[in-house]
Amino acid sequence: MKLDVSKMGFSEVNEQMRQTPDSEITLTGCIGQRFLAAGTGGKYVKISGIAGNALGAYLNGSVIETFGNAQDAVGDTMNEGEIIVHGNIGDAAGYAMRGGKIFVQGNAGYRAGIHMKAYQEKVPVMVIGGRTGSFLGEYQAGGIIIVLGQHTDGKPIVSNFPCTGMHGGKLFLRSDCEGIHFPHQVHHRAASPEELAEIRQYVREYCAHFGGDPDEILNAQFTLVTPDSGNPYKQMYVAN
Amino acid sequence: MNFYPEFEVERNDSRCIRCRVCERQCANEVHWFDADGKVMLSDESKCVNCQRCVTLCPTRALKIVKSDCRLRENANYSDQTIKEIYRQAETGGVLLSSMGNPNPLPVYWDKILINASQVTNPPIDPLREPMETRVFLGKKPKHIRRNADGTLDTKLAPQLTLSMPVMFSAMSYGSISYNAHASLARAATALGIYYNTGEGGLHEDFYQYGKNTIVQVASGRFGVHKDYLEAGAAIEIKMGQGAKPGIGGHLPGTKAVGDVSKTRMIPEGSDAISPAPHHDIYSIEDLRQLVYSLKEATEYRLPVIVKVAAVHNIAAIASGIARSGADIIAIDGFRGGTGAAPTRIRDNVGIPIELALAAVDKRLRDEGIRNNVSIVCGGSIRSAADVVKAIALGADACYIATAACLAMGCHLCRSCHTGKCNWGIATQRPDLVKRLNPDIGSERLINLMNAWRHEIKELMGGMGINSIEALRGNRLMLRGVGLTGKELEILGISHAGE
Ligand code: SF4
Ligand code: SF4
Repeated sequence: MKLDVSKMGFSEVNEQMRQTPDSEITLTGCIGQRFLAAGTGGKYVKISGIAGNALGAYLNGSVIETFGNAQDAVGDTMNEGEIIVHGNIGDAAGYAMRGGKIFVQGNAGYRAGIHMKAYQEKVPVMVIGGRTGSFLGEYQAGGIIIVLGQHTDGKPIVSNFPCTGMHGGKLFLRSDCEGIHFPHQVHHRAASPEELAEIRQYVREYCAHFGGDPDEILNAQFTLVTPDSGNPYKQMYVAN
Repeated sequence: MNFYPEFEVERNDSRCIRCRVCERQCANEVHWFDADGKVMLSDESKCVNCQRCVTLCPTRALKIVKSDCRLRENANYSDQTIKEIYRQAETGGVLLSSMGNPNPLPVYWDKILINASQVTNPPIDPLREPMETRVFLGKKPKHIRRNADGTLDTKLAPQLTLSMPVMFSAMSYGSISYNAHASLARAATALGIYYNTGEGGLHEDFYQYGKNTIVQVASGRFGVHKDYLEAGAAIEIKMGQGAKPGIGGHLPGTKAVGDVSKTRMIPEGSDAISPAPHHDIYSIEDLRQLVYSLKEATEYRLPVIVKVAAVHNIAAIASGIARSGADIIAIDGFRGGTGAAPTRIRDNVGIPIELALAAVDKRLRDEGIRNNVSIVCGGSIRSAADVVKAIALGADACYIATAACLAMGCHLCRSCHTGKCNWGIATQRPDLVKRLNPDIGSERLINLMNAWRHEIKELMGGMGINSIEALRGNRLMLRGVGLTGKELEILGISHAGE
């Protein structure tokens, strides 16, 4: 299905996507409609223009590829599927996502990957090509966040307060992270070649979407951040 | 610091037959049998006064009494205050408590009296005449709409249908047991009302009760996925909870075991942390976004509830929620229960539900948006009389949880956070969970609700009202006793005698 959405509200666009038996959908003229493809499974949605907030929220298996920037809350609470953004994204991407993958060619805003979690075979992955804003991986409880630092504005790979409250999962930053302050409840150190092998596949997929040479990207220092406990608040309380 | 225990175990030795039931029943390991002396002994320092041993002792040989060994009396520094300081001086920890605020703060329900008809507008006998206790929760149209051909447009926003204006409020699987959830789910189904999953996801065995289930979405989004959202009859966004406004939830890793971890979809043994805010909500506009993302994901088939704690500016907050696209507002008062909350927050933050409810109902009416939402109130609704008073103050329905726990056997020992509930409710220990039989638990919940339904009808009949709809917001049916002018003004009621 091909749909020019430039004169439609979000509910109409979503309704048409639900109605069509087609699994391939192309939306053109997107002007910030929210919640696109929320909760859907089994579709391939191609978007040109700018997708609005909560793109692919609760996504349940669909693949969304958007050619342009996306706004806040990309892949909010997504369970399965893939979101590919040929551009930058806003704040709180992948909030509480439990499965699937998000690939962002450019930069992400604040709180990317907040409260991402993992369960058994469900391990969500977020790959950000450029840099991220403050509070990256806040409360992260699982999953893998990879930031490739290919931005060119000279700013640090991540802004202030990354990993606050992190208690699970892994974060790979393609940088030596000098000058970046991490909270005391996480470990950060240079990733070993074995550890990097784990993300090779995702970097390859990133390059397949946006171009680039995976070997070249991986041939750099990465910092691996992990929490030191799954029970960060255990000692905080006394029964009364 | 060691202090003399709060409770003493009194065992009448002439009645004790050494059956050792108390020893087996007490998960706190208070009792044991001394084989040499052939006597039962006890370490009362571990006793939480849950009354399990007392209830099950076959010869009624046991009594738990409050110790009279007290610190020197001091009206300013109570025993409790002093012991809390000792506990913190010893551990450096934040005090953690459970169940609702036990302090002697005003209970306005007890200062509100209900009207009855005399001579004019005669009372109605519910045994003789039909009485309607059914309510519908959801947006109501402001105007009658007609289709192009002149017929009535009967399309309504999605509604919940309750056989009576009471629902079981959110208690997560994790904070309470599988058998407690099974009891609530079955009772709600039999009664034609709803129970609420809380924020711990929905166990796969309970999807069958979906028609009578409200699924909750909290800041941690545990167990939230498309099937979960679609499994219930409504979705509740938890913004706050009366027992702990302004802070999130935290299920310790020790409780995230087995099916609990599976249902929450988090690894075994890892803490389940619900952050204080939803990290995508900083405004009513953001809330609107979450409401609509849930509606989009479920194709507008389900009403969305937004639950907030009763706090100082509750009327303004509710006005915002009523404009956010939400169908129902749930307000939880400061006496509401919890499986665990920091003591200071539970006991000092939030406001009474009676005042909050009256303020919200008035504000929404004044602004002409009362029909945008239904109002559900909770936070210590203890009886049918509380329900009737709440409805007359403007609620569409009430949420109960502590009363529901009591029906299932809870003895309000306020030790839920230990995970060793001797009554099989606030625990995940299999040997304790099986003490609560869901057949009996659900039957007792059904009994309680049926009894309340009769009482509600009797109270309504006495007022000459035969339908809940005619009682809602009918504050003329209420009078206050011993309240100040300001309190009466906020409640919107007159003083008794006026
Ligand atoms: S904790 Fe409960 S069961 Fe144990 S001794 Fe005290 S009252 Fe009895
Ligand atoms: S649920 Fe159990 S632990 Fe909690 S107050 Fe009731 S009896 Fe005590």
